Amino acid sequence: MKLTIQVNEGPYQHQASDSAYFFTKAALEKGHEIFRVFFYHDGVNNGTRLTTPPQDDRNVVSRWSELAAEHDLDLVICVAAAQRRGIVDDGEAERNKKDATNIAPGFRISGLGQLVEGGIQSDRLVVFGD
Amino acid sequence: MSETKKFMYVNRRAPYGTIYAWESLEVVLIGAAFEQDVSLAFIDDGVYQLVKGQDTAGVGMKNFSPTYAALGDYEVTKIYVEKESLEERGLTLDDLQHLVWEDEDDDWAEKDSIRLVSRAELAEVFSGQDVMFNF
Repeated sequence: MKLTIQVNEGPYQHQASDSAYFFTKAALEKGHEIFRVFFYHDGVNNGTRLTTPPQDDRNVVSRWSELAAEHDLDLVICVAAAQRRGIVDDGEAERNKKDATNIAPGFRISGLGQLVEGGIQSDRLVVFGD
Repeated sequence: MSETKKFMYVNRRAPYGTIYAWESLEVVLIGAAFEQDVSLAFIDDGVYQLVKGQDTAGVGMKNFSPTYAALGDYEVTKIYVEKESLEERGLTLDDLQHLVWEDEDDDWAEKDSIRLVSRAELAEVFSGQDVMFNF
């Protein structure tokens, strides 16, 4: 089955990103195709490489990056939500005259159309959040 | 992308306490360009999103409620409001914005967008959808 995953909450504050990660991992192990993982609302905060969790805790961000590298996942951060919350890649830094970037490896910033396209192209859209 | 799917956007939260209502509307507006069969539903505190006469000056946030009136221009013409959710909050249809769309197949007649439905009826509508967005 072809799946698009939507993550609506940030890391650590909320379990949604953990659940989405484990679901995505399990789906891949079962042979399903992940068309895209789309990060929306505070979910965009899953894509900053500047997080530094305590060493005895999981690293929610790098876990996504590693899964993306392993399975060639398309991790997309909503641009409108990212601009509000300060998630920045090279393009956004240039466009909005920011002095730094913070996007984590394996993530990219793009538009909401990517979420809608995920809904159209996938057999299921699975949403994680409240 | 010629395939048309039934998209349902479910709005469950009050408009300004969290950003979900506004960012839901942003998906609806962007999604309109994809020419899918779009419906919106307003349930629970989500019915407050459609209340008319909103004034956000006191909370210092943008009043985005006029945007709902533009949905008809985006060919979003099916807006389900759950009857029980209104009643539980002491609201009636008269408390909500009068949302309309123009039917080009009927000499641009203005038609009501809001469909007042019971919880049970809305469950039926949900079961017929292809893609459910929850906000």
